[in-house]
Amino acid sequence: MKILNSWLNEFGAFGTDTEKLAAAMTNLGLAVESVTSVGTPVKGVVVAKVLRTERHPDAAKVHRVYVDAGDGVELHVWCGAFNMKPGDLIPLATLGTTMPDGRVITARGILGIDSHGMLCSGSEIGLDADAEGILILPMNLKLGADVFTELGVSADTVFDLDVTRNRPDCNGYLGVARDLGANLGVKVSGPALDKTKKGAARSLRVAISDKEKCPRYNATVMSGVVVTNSPAWIARRLTNSGMRPINNVVDASNLVMLELNQPTHAFDADKIANAFKIRRAREKETLITLDGQKRELVSTDLLICDGKDMPIGLAGVMGGQSTEISSTTRVVALETAFFESSGIAATATRLGLRSEASLRFERGVDPHGVDDAVSRFAALLRESCPKLVVHAKGTDIKEKTLPPKQQVVALRIAQVNRVLGTKLSAKAVSTLLAKIGFTTKATSTGKVVSLKIVVPSWRPDCQSEIDLVEEVARHVGYENLGKIVPQSTMHGRLSPMQQRRREIREVIVGLGVSEAMPNPFLAPGDLLKTGLSEDLAIRLANPLVFEESVLRTSLRPGLLKAINYNLSHRNSNIGLFEIGHVYPARQDQSTGELPDEYESLCIVAAGVNSEVAMDWWSQLSATMGFGAQLDQKSVESGFHSTRSASLRRGKQLLGCVGEIDPLVLARHDINVSVACLELNLSVLLNEIPKVSTAKSVSRFPRSDFDLAFSLPQHEPASSLLKVLRQASGPELVDILLFDIYRAPGVDQDSSSGTRSLTFRIQLQAKDRTLTDAEVSTARQRCIDAATKLGAQFRTV
Amino acid sequence: MTDKSVQYGISAMQKTVESAQASALLAIKETADLTAVKLLTAELNKKDSGLNALKSDLGKLTSVDDKRTMGQLLNSAMLSINTALQARTAELEALEISTRVAKEAMDLSEFVTRRRRGHSHIVTQATQRLEDVFVGLGFQIAEGPEVETDFYNFEALNMPKSHPARSEFDTMFLEYGEPGSILLRTHTSPVQIRVMQTWQPPIYAIMPGRVFRRDTPDATHMPVFHQIEGLVIDRGITFAHLAGTIEAFTKAFFGSEFTSRLRPSFFPFTEPSAEFDIRRADGEWIELGGCGMVHPNVLISGGINPEEFSGFAFGFGIDRMAKERHNLEDIREMYTNDLRFLRQF
Repeated sequence: MKILNSWLNEFGAFGTDTEKLAAAMTNLGLAVESVTSVGTPVKGVVVAKVLRTERHPDAAKVHRVYVDAGDGVELHVWCGAFNMKPGDLIPLATLGTTMPDGRVITARGILGIDSHGMLCSGSEIGLDADAEGILILPMNLKLGADVFTELGVSADTVFDLDVTRNRPDCNGYLGVARDLGANLGVKVSGPALDKTKKGAARSLRVAISDKEKCPRYNATVMSGVVVTNSPAWIARRLTNSGMRPINNVVDASNLVMLELNQPTHAFDADKIANAFKIRRAREKETLITLDGQKRELVSTDLLICDGKDMPIGLAGVMGGQSTEISSTTRVVALETAFFESSGIAATATRLGLRSEASLRFERGVDPHGVDDAVSRFAALLRESCPKLVVHAKGTDIKEKTLPPKQQVVALRIAQVNRVLGTKLSAKAVSTLLAKIGFTTKATSTGKVVSLKIVVPSWRPDCQSEIDLVEEVARHVGYENLGKIVPQSTMHGRLSPMQQRRREIREVIVGLGVSEAMPNPFLAPGDLLKTGLSEDLAIRLANPLVFEESVLRTSLRPGLLKAINYNLSHRNSNIGLFEIGHVYPARQDQSTGELPDEYESLCIVAAGVNSEVAMDWWSQLSATMGFGAQLDQKSVESGFHSTRSASLRRGKQLLGCVGEIDPLVLARHDINVSVACLELNLSVLLNEIPKVSTAKSVSRFPRSDFDLAFSLPQHEPASSLLKVLRQASGPELVDILLFDIYRAPGVDQDSSSGTRSLTFRIQLQAKDRTLTDAEVSTARQRCIDAATKLGAQFRTV
Repeated sequence: MTDKSVQYGISAMQKTVESAQASALLAIKETADLTAVKLLTAELNKKDSGLNALKSDLGKLTSVDDKRTMGQLLNSAMLSINTALQARTAELEALEISTRVAKEAMDLSEFVTRRRRGHSHIVTQATQRLEDVFVGLGFQIAEGPEVETDFYNFEALNMPKSHPARSEFDTMFLEYGEPGSILLRTHTSPVQIRVMQTWQPPIYAIMPGRVFRRDTPDATHMPVFHQIEGLVIDRGITFAHLAGTIEAFTKAFFGSEFTSRLRPSFFPFTEPSAEFDIRRADGEWIELGGCGMVHPNVLISGGINPEEFSGFAFGFGIDRMAKERHNLEDIREMYTNDLRFLRQF
C-alpha cells in the first residue's frame, strides 16, 4: 500500500516530518519498505507535443521523435521508449535542464545527430513511480508551459507499506491514519462524504442466490454523469499510488477504495437490463473481463449478472467489458458489496488475476463500510460532474450471513499482563484500545477482571482474546515492553547423538574430504543411472522443473554429479562427503504416514581405490565405535562387485564400502575409479558406545614373532586373521598384517593364484615374562591353525 | 742415600711431573678428532705411562712430607690432564655435530603436504556456531523429519485447511499418501509441535534444519535452504523474555556492539508477532527474522495448556548468515559443490 504524505494529511494533521512518520508506522507494524520523494519540480521540463516519429536504419533501440514545444519549431529528439503517438503531449527536458539524478541535458546525440532535449518518463522527473515509457500528459495542458506548474504538482513523499495479513484495514488510508493518529496523538477524521440523495427514487432489482459468498450488495444509481478525464490532482494521486487514471468515474471508484479499503464497481446503468443477479458461475461459462481477457469459469466462481442473467462481472475480482464505463455513459449503477474472502481468493488464485479489489476482499473489508463508500464516491465524482444526481432508494441487501456490526470479545486484564509482562490496569487497557476504535462495553470486576471489548467492523482479523493482546502490545509499543533474559532451568547441551554427529564430522574432515551439499532433488532416471532402484523413490507433485522432480533415496547420485563437476573443472584431490537425509518410501505404508526418511553419510573420492575407502571405514569404526561385519559376498547395487563389501550386523545393512561400479562411473562420464563409503547414520549415531574400562598395561617385555603364509586368492585375509587370533592364545596383544606379496603375474582377479601374507603376532602376559617354550607353542598353534585353513606356511 | 740425594730426587721428580703434564696437555690440545682423543686417553691411562709410572715411584720416597707433596702434585697434574681430555672431547663432539648439521641441511620449502584436512560446508559452520551460542543460553537442540504431514507443517501451527496464509509458503507436495497430505516442510516450525508433544515443559529448544520452498533460485533464494528456530515454553514467559533472548543472542552471536529491536508483524503461529532487526555499530538496521509469543492454538496443538504455560518462538535463515559472514554475493555458489569454493572456508 502506497501512502502519500499529502493525502494522509487530509485524514489528520500528521505534518511532513517523513522520518518521524516512517518510524511511527514501522513501530506499529506497518513496515515501511521505501520512502520516495515525488513531484519536486524540475526546472526546464516543458509540455511538448509529438509531431511524428521515425526509425533510423542504424539505431535499433531508439527512434527519432519530432516535437513542438509550443513555438511551432520542430525539435528533434532521440528516444528509447516507443509508447507515444503523434498528437500526444509529453514532458520535454529542454537543453540545460538538470535532472533529479544530476544529469545535465545536452545536445549530444547518437550517430552524430543531435538531440534537442530528452523526453521523460514519470519516474525520471520524479512525478510518479512509472519508469516504463514516456509520461503521456493530459491533453488540456498548455504547450511550452512548465510541466510541474501545469499539473499543479508540489513536492510530496510516498511511503510504500508492506501491510500484513492481519491488518486489512490498512489497505486504506483511513486505517493507516487511525493507527497513526492513536500513536502520535493526532485527531483523525474520515474524508468528506456526499450524502445528499436528491434524485427520484431509482431502484435496481438485486437477487443474491449465494448468500454465503455475497452477504451484502448495494446498488446505487447516479445520473448526470459526464465521463471525462479526472482532474489532475486525482490522476496524480492514482499514478503515485501505482495505478493508472482511466476516467473520472473509474478513478473515483479507485480513490474510494484507496481511502476506505472498500472496492466499488461502476457499471453503465443502461447496459445491465435493470437488475443485478449475483450467482455462482456455471462450469465453462465465460466472461470477457475489463482487461480484454476471456475467462473460463468454474462453479465456485461468483458472478455478477445483468437482468437477463448475462455475466457482467467477476464478483470482487474484475468487472466485465460489456458494461464498462465509456464516453457515452450517462447513468452509473454503483456496486458496493461485501464478498466472502476465501471465495474471492480461490477465484483470483485460480485465474492468476489479482486485482486491487480482489486483494482487499481476500484480506477482508469492513462489512459495514458500504454507506460511507457510496457517499464518498458521490463526493469525488461530483468534482468533475457538478450535475451528478444520486438517486434515492438505492438497493442495499444485507443477508443474515453479514458479520454483525458489534463483535464482542472478552479480554482478561491478567492475560494481557501475563503475555506481555506488563502491569496495565483495566482502565489503561481500555483507553489504549479506545484510541483505535475498540470500545469497552463492560468491565467485570471480581476474581477475574475482564473487559467486554467491541471490535470495530473494519478489524475482522480480531476475533479472540490474544488478538486484542496484540493490539494492546502494539499501542504500548514493543520497545516499551522490556528485555529480560529468561533463566533457563534446563542446561543447554547437544544430545549424545548430536555430539557424535559433530565428532564424526571432525573425523571425516580429518580424512581430507570436504563437505558438499548436493540438491536432494534428482531427475527421473538419476537413481537408475547410479545403479539404484526407483521403486521406493517419491516424486514431487509440483516440482519446479522436471530435472528436480524425484526425492533422493541415496546420497550417491548427488555426490557423483559433484565428482563429475569437479573433474570437468580440473580440480585436484577430489574428495567429498555429505551427511544428509534420504527419503525412500515406506515398504509397508500401513506402518506410518511418512516415508522412511533417515540420515545417511556418504564419502567419495576420485582417482583412488577401495583401499582408501577401507581406510575411511577403519578410521570411523575405530574412532566412533561402529561395529559391523565386512561382507564381500553381498554388495549393494551400484558398487564395484569385486572391490566392495557390505557392512552388516546380521541381517541389518549398515552401509557399504569399496568402489563405485565402473558402469555407473561410465554413465556419469567419470573416467577414474571412485572410492566410496556409505553409512546409515540414523542407526550408527544413535548407538552410544560403552565407556571403556581401564586396563593396566603390562610391566613385562613383549614377545613378537612373524609368520608368513601363502593363501589362495579366493580366501580372504580376514579368515586367516581370524584363525590366527583364536590360535595365538590369551596372551595375544595384537596381530598386524604388515606385508602382502604377489608373485609377478598373479593378479587380484585370478582365482587360482595365491599371495603371501606376513603377520606380526605380539604376545605379552600381565604377570610374567613369557618363556621361549610358551612363545614357540603359541607359534606352532598358529601355524597349525593356518594350515588347517588351507594356508601354506612359509619360513621367514 | 743421603737426605740431599733424596732432596735432589724430589726436585727431579717434580720436574719430571711438570714436564710430563706439559707434554700431555700439549698432546691433548693437538688431537685432531675424537678417535685421536680416545687413543690419547688410553695412552695416558696406561699403567706405565709417564705420570702413572711416577705414581708407583712414590713409594720410594721416605719422607712423609715428600710423599704428601709429590702425591698432591701428581693428583693435580692428573686432574688437569683429565679435565683437558674431557674438554677436548666435548669440543670435538660439538664440532662433529655441527659439521654433520651443516652437511645434512634440508630445504623445507621443498616439502608440500599432499594430505590436507577437508572443509566443513559454510552452512554447517554457521549452524554449529548458532547452536553453540544457544547451548550457552541454556537451549537444547531438537530435530525433525524434512518430509512432513500437512498437520505438522500447517494445521497444528494455526493454519487450518484453506487458511489464506498457506498460499504464501509455496509448498512442494509429494506424490505420497493422500494427495496434498505429505509435503516437504516449508519451515522448521513443525519441529515445535513435535517437541511440545514429546518433551515436557520447561522447553528451551532450538531446531535447525533444511527447509523447502517452491522458489526459483536466484542470488538470494534457493528452493532448498536452512532455517533455525527457537522455542521456549515455561511458566511465566512474557514478551519481555522474547525481546531479552533476541538481544542476548544478538550480542553473543554478532558481537556486543550489536543491538536488536522487535517491530510488530504477523505470523499465524505467534501472537503478538514481530520481525526482529539487528543494528550494526554503524547504525544500520538489518532484518533478521520473525518471532512472537506462541499462539494459544499452537500450544493446544502441542498438548500444552495455554492457561498454565506461555512461550515464545523465533526463527531465521542460516544460509543468509553464512552468506553475510563470508561476503558471498550469490547464495547459489554455496551449492555448486565446487572444491575451489569449499576449500576457502
